[in-house]
Amino acid sequence: MSLLDFLEETYLALSSNKVRSALTMLGIVIGIASVIVMVAIGQGAQGSIQASIQSVGSNLVIVAPGMQRGFGAQVNAGRGSAQTLTQADADAIEKTITLAKAVAPELSRRYQITTKGKNTNTQVIGTTPTYPEVRKVEMDQGAFLSDQDLRVLARVAVLGPAVRDDLFGQDAAAVGQTIRINAIEFKIIGITRAKGGTGFSNADDAVYVPLPTAQRFLAGDMYVSMVSIEAVNQDAMSTVQQQITDLLLERHRLSNPQAADFNVLNQADIVATASSITSTFTALLASIAGISLIVGGIGIMNMMLTTVTERTREIGLRKAIGAQRGDITYQFLMEALALTCIGGSIGVLLGWIAAWAVTQFFGLTSVVSLSSVALAFGVSAAIGIVFGYYPAHRAARLNPIEALRYE
Amino acid sequence: MIAVQNITKRYVNGSINFLALDDISFTIQKGEFVAIMGPSGSGKSTLMHLLGALDVPTSGTYLLDGKDVSTMQEDELAVIRREKIGYVFQSFNLLSRATVLRNVMLPLIYAGVPRAERRARAIRALQAAGMTETHFDHRSNQISGGQMQRVAIARALVNDPAIILADEPTGNLDSKTGAFVLATFQRLNEQGHTIILITHERDVAEYAKRILMIRDGKIEKEEIHHARRTQAEEST
Repeated sequence: MSLLDFLEETYLALSSNKVRSALTMLGIVIGIASVIVMVAIGQGAQGSIQASIQSVGSNLVIVAPGMQRGFGAQVNAGRGSAQTLTQADADAIEKTITLAKAVAPELSRRYQITTKGKNTNTQVIGTTPTYPEVRKVEMDQGAFLSDQDLRVLARVAVLGPAVRDDLFGQDAAAVGQTIRINAIEFKIIGITRAKGGTGFSNADDAVYVPLPTAQRFLAGDMYVSMVSIEAVNQDAMSTVQQQITDLLLERHRLSNPQAADFNVLNQADIVATASSITSTFTALLASIAGISLIVGGIGIMNMMLTTVTERTREIGLRKAIGAQRGDITYQFLMEALALTCIGGSIGVLLGWIAAWAVTQFFGLTSVVSLSSVALAFGVSAAIGIVFGYYPAHRAARLNPIEALRYE
Repeated sequence: MIAVQNITKRYVNGSINFLALDDISFTIQKGEFVAIMGPSGSGKSTLMHLLGALDVPTSGTYLLDGKDVSTMQEDELAVIRREKIGYVFQSFNLLSRATVLRNVMLPLIYAGVPRAERRARAIRALQAAGMTETHFDHRSNQISGGQMQRVAIARALVNDPAIILADEPTGNLDSKTGAFVLATFQRLNEQGHTIILITHERDVAEYAKRILMIRDGKIEKEEIHHARRTQAEEST
């Protein structure tokens, strides 16, 4: 028997009982479609979380102050409270760590900011001209802080679009105007481009001023609250992290890494953590959908068993006119496979449409990857074989004499 | 051509031990029209299953065209069935959802006959069985009982088998249609086909030239006579 003959037999068998075939297929359709949608939503979430982490800056290594230890280590303050990180540390990193592409120290604190008739409370970040490169901040209007601004302790500020909206109104022209931070007047020289929330901090709701200005006029001390370092590439990140740790331990005269008064965070670690969370989430969704696929498969097996019983005489006849066991096995296996493969294709299509609809109407990012489609196909074919084999085997083993007598 | 020697068939099912065929021997030559006749429970169905290679005997040998069928395995028997044997059943056993033509082509599919050849051979077999061409594309549940049995005969013929085995072929037909079907068998026999007819009715058996009468698993007696002729035959 050729493949074409088997296909023809399969078509005849399935089309002679259209409603039942369609209902059985529906189980697989729903199963496959839900796997596709769930995986698409999961992968979409993974993608958007990774994108939002990456939007803070790529290949980022962050040095934050650690725990303040009093002499004699009687009282420990919380993490991040140590005021041990300085501009000099940042300069040393820039000078000695060759795998660091750019270094941006910053001192950030919240202040009340006022302008004529309006005020707001937001993050004021004292930083250097390298900041936009390291933290992926782009300018919408005007310019970012310059080296000159740092040298002369200029009282100039760059505003995030959210701050601008709060103080001057939606999309108002703000460059050239003045604001007061902590009662000190600053001239606005630029507005950054809107980035959206990043999950960790909102770059749009911030005011950028020159680092020395922030230290001298606002904070009143010379420490920095964070140093952001951009590594040359992703592979260099852990090396950079290790080198910075060694360098700062030496500079702070600490011999025991456990006692470090700073933390070096690696963005790759954050991405990896977030990825592991979202993949667990994806796996969870997919396995819930997978259960419906198994139920669909059992539906196929149920229908095939019914079919075999109903067609016992037909099987007897086929055997009487010369069908071998293999012919019968393949015929019924093909029927099960046809059901799952057609169901699988419809399911993929439906899942694709549903994923699109989820993105359109619920605003969730969803990504239908080729691999999930291939997987869905593979799984439906496998279900056809697994759940079709037993009924097919039963059909092939029927004794032709008894099968012909079957009422 | 068919040589049956000392065949016995014993069914053992738990404590039940039943001897269906008890040391039977006979031969059937090519081109014969033989009826195997006997009451129900005589063992004639068992004998038909053995002759039709659906089952193998407990002991004894069965030579079909020189091949020993009695020791074959399941898949070998299937090959014998599709190459050497054509069945006609009491209840026709057509695939109701398939067309007349497809029903007749079915044995050719299993025999691996090329697609192009199948249709022509099926049409030839249907014409030989006395079917009119207008019904070829009808579904087989849309035709009458007599026509169904002709389709079944065509299906039995299509592989050009060594023997045609008809198991109570008129059992589900009225006497007039039955006579038509039996006349068809006579005509096919005259064209050289070997036909074995299994029946419990004397007047059906008389259409054959030779009658083997079976009772309690043994051949009781054998008759050779001039076959009965019907008006149906004369009118065809």
